[in-house]
Amino acid sequence: MIRRPVDLGDPDRLYIVTGGRHRTDDTSFDLVTLIVSECEPTPGMQSEHVRILELCRRPTAVVEVSAELKLPVTVTRILLGDLLATGRITARHPRPAPARHALPDSALLKQVLDGLHNL
Amino acid sequence: MDSTISEPDARVPLGAAADTGLKIVIVGGFGVGKTTLVRSVSEIRPLNTEEVMTQAGVGIDENAKVSEKNTTTVAFDFGRISLNDRMVLYLFGAPGQERFWFLWDRLFSGTLGAVVLVDTRRVADSWYAIDRLEHHGTPFVVAVNRFSDAASHSLEELREALSLSDDVPMLECDARQRESSKSVLIGLVNHLYDLSMAREMTP
Repeated sequence: MIRRPVDLGDPDRLYIVTGGRHRTDDTSFDLVTLIVSECEPTPGMQSEHVRILELCRRPTAVVEVSAELKLPVTVTRILLGDLLATGRITARHPRPAPARHALPDSALLKQVLDGLHNL
Repeated sequence: MDSTISEPDARVPLGAAADTGLKIVIVGGFGVGKTTLVRSVSEIRPLNTEEVMTQAGVGIDENAKVSEKNTTTVAFDFGRISLNDRMVLYLFGAPGQERFWFLWDRLFSGTLGAVVLVDTRRVADSWYAIDRLEHHGTPFVVAVNRFSDAASHSLEELREALSLSDDVPMLECDARQRESSKSVLIGLVNHLYDLSMAREMTP
């Protein structure tokens, strides 16, 4: 038997919002990919899509979208994938993860340090 | 801390120019103060969400317990710090217990580094996290949360109890205090910076 991975909490709702889909390319949206709306919601649009377009008028990380929608990250990624495919959002991806055992470059870290000191 | 009650729905949006998301993971046992630390430095009230992990994603940590179950839901919380107009740092509080560890490759890949938050009364809770960070090659510092520390152990005693090598920085903090939590993050990034500089100097 093949079980849907998204079958916890409120399975019916999760099934409906994703149209029964449960697979997504997990590498397409990192937790901290910043999402930006490129249009306003239109009448008849799925309510979750409307909510995302409203949230992301200013850049909003995938993980924040997930928390605000109260939907698991997996489901959020599917919804974002829909909007990205139709050009309704754009995604500002983080720098590619450094290879295993590699470190971020010192120039980037210096900027992080400056930012923290200025808090 | 004070914003928890007032305006729970008020969102603080990022600036329009924000384009680089960064991560730091705070790892530790239950009740060690991860959320407290995140809250004390975050510009937003900590939010939480969950990820549903499928068995296929379990990978190396697959074990008997997991194979009985096709999915696992893991909740985690996070906060946010705008570093400048473009860079935003997300702080993730992550459970350090063995059964959550498969999360790391999937969720927290690309993290700059990690803070292991230690409660001196439950030092053993940190062993597994430290072991895995070393295994993954994720740079980290150890922060001892002193808020509850009645019988104080010296950092050197703790270093020994944790079997921590000398090159891992240890810090003391009070996770309730913003300045203290901030200094933990600065301690981590200083460590990363030193490692990175050393790497760049090596021909």
